[in-house]
Amino acid sequence: MVEWIEACGADDVDEEDVIRFDHAGKVFAIYRSPDDRYYATDGLCTHEQISLADGLVMDDIIECPKHNGRFNYKTGEAKGAPVCVNLRTYAVKLENGAVFIEV
Amino acid sequence: MARHFVIVGAGECGARAAMALREQGFDGDVTLVGGETHLPYERPPLSKHGMLAEVFAAKTIATAERLAEANVGFRGGVQVAAIDRGGKRLLTADGTALPYDKLLLATGASPRRLPGVEGERIFYLRTLEDAQRLRGELLPGRRLAIVGGGFIGLELAASARARGAEVTLIEALPRLLSRAVPEAIAAQIQARHELAGVKLVFGDGIAGVTSDANSATVALNSGRRVEADLVLVGIGAVPNISLAAEAELEIDNGIAVDRHLATSDADIFAAGDCCSFPLKIYGGRRVRLESWRNAQDQGSLAACNMLGANEAISTVPWFWSDQYELGLQIAGLSDEGASIVRRDLGNGASILFHISADGRLVAASGIGVGNAVAKDIRLAEMLIAKQARPMQASLADADVKLKSLLAA
Repeated sequence: MVEWIEACGADDVDEEDVIRFDHAGKVFAIYRSPDDRYYATDGLCTHEQISLADGLVMDDIIECPKHNGRFNYKTGEAKGAPVCVNLRTYAVKLENGAVFIEV
Repeated sequence: MARHFVIVGAGECGARAAMALREQGFDGDVTLVGGETHLPYERPPLSKHGMLAEVFAAKTIATAERLAEANVGFRGGVQVAAIDRGGKRLLTADGTALPYDKLLLATGASPRRLPGVEGERIFYLRTLEDAQRLRGELLPGRRLAIVGGGFIGLELAASARARGAEVTLIEALPRLLSRAVPEAIAAQIQARHELAGVKLVFGDGIAGVTSDANSATVALNSGRRVEADLVLVGIGAVPNISLAAEAELEIDNGIAVDRHLATSDADIFAAGDCCSFPLKIYGGRRVRLESWRNAQDQGSLAACNMLGANEAISTVPWFWSDQYELGLQIAGLSDEGASIVRRDLGNGASILFHISADGRLVAASGIGVGNAVAKDIRLAEMLIAKQARPMQASLADADVKLKSLLAA
């Protein structure tokens, strides 16, 4: 069943940055883009299950903190070795200053 | 006739190069020759979480399906005996000739041996088999003596303690990781190992190691003796250059390559642990790096240049180590630094920025729980690549975002 979950406050994420959100045993990553939009993906890298929230966001790209696997966090697309499996993305909405994701 | 590119060495670097040739659109033949029988696998876990996993399994870099899909001919368990440069072919130990148009040597490195120290209680770590054999020995109460306080020794000390073995680590120099990290970080790592119950011996060399089928004794120069059930020697690695040397390619602390990874023979490239190369951002200083990232980067670059791209090495050296809950990351060459600026990130995490005499950021060493330093080390790496001269007060102040210095 699809449901909207409150992940964090809109101000909890800096622009061009990412934070981790844990829910029901799953790890998510919540992003705020340089143009001030919010995005959500699975929170663990598809290569070695490293939390992406420790990684660096530059423009549309999140880079895994361990092995520099790169993904486009808006689409989930893996951008080349060592990652070859895309990240799952989730719909996001802003309500009353909070970020909700559809899981 | 289709061109045939051959890669010798099926580790991280060779496997990456093979896949990169296809990603770059090469439609000739690609043969990847590995001395080990396994499909290409990742080595970093062998000393780290691979030792701790309930079921030990190699993490494959490229599965048989992926190699087949990319039309890469993988030949495992093949020992290359010689390069016939005049005939442009490889000769294998079983007498087969393998012609090439372009050749990549990604032969890696091997553990440096302690002369005369051999026996079934003496262990080295490089391959999956080494790791498997060692892992079976790391049991509660088993006494492990580690020779060498470098990364392999320290990562294995942490893994061995997690598995309940008793560990004594012997380092010839007065502290851990003398060449790799500044004193403050070495002290933090030392304290963590002591907390875990690792017995550390400093400033004492190895006089000799004797062993039988069940145990070993490490005799130290001071006269002290360390009794153990097994001895792990982790005193660095030496590049695998014999093929290149016998083919009379230029050697200089590894197979010498130019900034395009070409050897002294224009049809032969070398990449990864086995080669030494000039680094432009450090004034062309020639280095050899033993790291996972370098193996990846150079594998990709070698593939491009085998196809004529003529791209120069532009990466900043980058390295990581995991011990217990601590993650260490280093970007750049810290010995280029003349002074250090410290940034504290909280929760015991910190980054030391290494500044050259003329004010340039040349390296950054960070340590913290998990990947706490990763973001900032990555940004430091970009600043190093830009040859930036950031204000030292800004580097020291954790409230100043490093990203803002990048834009400056």
